[in-house]
Amino acid sequence: MSTLEATQNAPLLTVDNLVVEYPSKKFRAKPFRALTDINITIGQGETLGLVGESGSGKTTLGRAVLGLAPVTGGRITFEGEDISHASRRQRRTLSRDLQVVFQDPYTSLNPALEIGDILAEPLGVQGMAQTAAKKRVKELLDQVGLPSDAIHRLPREFSGGQRQRVAIARALALSPKLIVCDEPVSALDLSTQARVLDLFLQIQKDTGVSYLFVSHDLDVVRHISHRVAVMYHGEIVEQGPAEVVTRDPEHPYTQRLLLASPVPDPDRQEQRRADRHRLLDIQRQQTEQAGALA
Amino acid sequence: MSDSVETAAVTAVPAPATTGQSGTVVRSTVMRRLLRNPMGIASLVILGSIALLAVFAPVLAPFEENFANITKTLAPADPVNILGTDSAGRDTWSRLLFGAQLTLLSALLCAGVAIAIGLPAGLIAGYYAGKFEAVSNWVVSILMSLPGLIVLLTIRAAFGPSVWISMIAFGVLISPSYFRLTRTAVQSVRNELYVDAARVSGLSDWSIIARHIFSVVRAPIIIQTAAIAGVAIAIQSGLEFLGLGDPTKATWGVMLSEGFKNVYLTPTLLFWPALAMALTIGGLVLLGNAIRDALEDGEKIKHRKKRAAPEGAGASTTAASATARQPRKSAAAVDAGTEHHLVKVTNLGVGYPQADGSVKKVVDDVSFHVDRGEILGIVGESGSGKSQTAFSILGLLPDNARIVGGAIQFDGNYTVAPGDERVNQARLSKLRGKRISYIPQEPMSNLDPAFTIGYQLVTPMVRVLGISKEEARRRALKLLTDVGIANPERTFSAYPHEVSGGMAQRVLIAGAISCEPDLVIADEPTTALDVTVQADVLDLLRELQQRLNIGVVLVTHNFGVVADLCDRVVVMQNGRLVEEGSVRDILRNPKEQYTRTLLASMLEGKTPMSMLVSSQKEPVA
Repeated sequence: MSTLEATQNAPLLTVDNLVVEYPSKKFRAKPFRALTDINITIGQGETLGLVGESGSGKTTLGRAVLGLAPVTGGRITFEGEDISHASRRQRRTLSRDLQVVFQDPYTSLNPALEIGDILAEPLGVQGMAQTAAKKRVKELLDQVGLPSDAIHRLPREFSGGQRQRVAIARALALSPKLIVCDEPVSALDLSTQARVLDLFLQIQKDTGVSYLFVSHDLDVVRHISHRVAVMYHGEIVEQGPAEVVTRDPEHPYTQRLLLASPVPDPDRQEQRRADRHRLLDIQRQQTEQAGALA
Repeated sequence: MSDSVETAAVTAVPAPATTGQSGTVVRSTVMRRLLRNPMGIASLVILGSIALLAVFAPVLAPFEENFANITKTLAPADPVNILGTDSAGRDTWSRLLFGAQLTLLSALLCAGVAIAIGLPAGLIAGYYAGKFEAVSNWVVSILMSLPGLIVLLTIRAAFGPSVWISMIAFGVLISPSYFRLTRTAVQSVRNELYVDAARVSGLSDWSIIARHIFSVVRAPIIIQTAAIAGVAIAIQSGLEFLGLGDPTKATWGVMLSEGFKNVYLTPTLLFWPALAMALTIGGLVLLGNAIRDALEDGEKIKHRKKRAAPEGAGASTTAASATARQPRKSAAAVDAGTEHHLVKVTNLGVGYPQADGSVKKVVDDVSFHVDRGEILGIVGESGSGKSQTAFSILGLLPDNARIVGGAIQFDGNYTVAPGDERVNQARLSKLRGKRISYIPQEPMSNLDPAFTIGYQLVTPMVRVLGISKEEARRRALKLLTDVGIANPERTFSAYPHEVSGGMAQRVLIAGAISCEPDLVIADEPTTALDVTVQADVLDLLRELQQRLNIGVVLVTHNFGVVADLCDRVVVMQNGRLVEEGSVRDILRNPKEQYTRTLLASMLEGKTPMSMLVSSQKEPVA
């Protein structure tokens, strides 16, 4: 990690000791702590993959960066500016550089708006004129590989993969520097997932955008990320170059995660299954020993 | 779906030309559906003509509203006074027209006041929640507990007999109905991702409400307003009928009161305003119903048509064969030499009859078999028909589904004989739960949140196996231990929301094997689970399958899961069977292009950051 930081003198996004707590519904009850002491950086043109199981806090981290989750401690710095508690006005300026693609392409597009209106929304917020916006929308549709007659159609007329392309186009509208991708391919079919991942890579190649790429799937994260952070119970337990973290992990949870993902070959999968059982046994013994010591 | 249709209704500007190729743009169809509904068109015509009469009252009315011809009181209809005159010699027809003006306007005022208070308050309370919502809920509760009529009488006593003031007061009293409607609608979309996306774009709260949230409440507001306007007319006329109206103004209520005084002399005086009110209020109520039907019940109408259509109109290619298919009473013998297969599906076709009489095939000519102790994987993408195939083995297809070809046999007997149009439920219900069981995809939604897990395990066993509750409880605890639950007693007495997703799936697996089935149909049993939990559940499935020697049909999209569990694989695409073979053949040497494309989409073993499919230019996802 230190080598990468050295090569990229100023990281685009820095998160220091971030804590996110949700107030409890019950009177005077302790707030729910979703994230504890998170430290990450993302350089320009870099992808940080964030992997973890459901409830590990990976989505919350993405939402905190976007200003959709309450930051109770620590700092989020974007291009040298503290955005931990950015106002809506600051967010409006920020939205030129910081965008999002959500998991569910079915609820992330307003079903009542035409695709053209959905894509023009971020442009309009920035005060772009109608004709210029229209031209940009056409460019965007072209960029994500959708036909230009999509402008006047409604989201429900499109398949999941196509909708996700619309969501990606919306994120790209203002040529942002960082896109937070919250499980953007996990609702898609296998072959659609492959095409959308290709699109993400192609866009990064063309525009030099950075991604904070959240996924539960280690294979997806390995494929698209330069560096990977592993989250477990609201903390980052391991972080490093993608190749290292996803092939030779150090933390017991990452090791379990790696061996739990099945491979598409019966004999190699049998091998992996045996490896996994061996690992689980070793880890069980270790926790027992640790328990005995304590 | 419902939001989108609701919002579409409001944009129901008379049918813009349908854009794009598919005719599914609802904006046009909602207005069209409203006009096609006799109730809708009738109410629109009635309300439209009454409104026109009111607007052109000064032109159409032969006399001023209060012009009295003292020499001609209580006159019957004649060419001058076409509906006769009242006790002061005023022209009934003229007063009816001017009365329409005032009555309709005051009803609109009432609805307007109610909307002006209820809608913004509801939007703010729904969107921001918190303190504003708490306070406005209090206010609303107070307003709703006030006795409306007494308040109106008090206001009349304080401010005089003005229609306008009493209608403003009534508007305030009735505003909670708009408030609650709006707040509930807003709450349902407040956390939608597209609202989050708008926040990320830096849209101000007001723009978000106006653009993304308001659209959800427009349709319900229109429906509500139709009803409220009717109520307002009734209340206002009621007050005036009691003699509390403004006698200097012509309204229907005042006319009604006047007519009632002379009911024995000239009953028609009572009749005309009553008719006007009945038509208007009835029209408003019917219009509200028609709009609601056009929005919400559109689907139902379609279904009814679907059911009615197929047999008679079955002229299309596929329906022709369906008409000839009659369900048979006696079970035909299966083909010799195939009895030993646990399940054999032969040339199965499943279709859904459409409104136009054709049949949309979702499964077409699919054949495979499963033997005892064997795991068959059905692999395919969404819409490939893999779940439909599995459900036809279970006999759990939707009501409007039809078997349009082929047969299914289980353990040497047909469950769908050749020629059957539906799954034979009589034969299958004896098997389902006992010899064929099912593991669903979403563990949480397949457990009833109102009952404990123990109850949901014990009840089927008592029913199916005919054992005592005590015995069933003992077995359930043993099963929970078998599926690797550490503390079975605690899980037994827990409610579904108290256990994790992985645990819930173990419970469902325990339920599936509780009656010692021969065949288990597992529909994406691990898709909703975390990867580490998935590995545990796969281990469990394998261990149980080997120990109990059951046959399994595993529906999945994940080749890793296939490699882990399956002996044989069938690959499906667009309802057809693409390829069948042993797991090693399919995964290592797939023959069909489609299977190869699917396998090429797997990320395992690929060079990171490399393009997966873009080398072969393919149509957009």
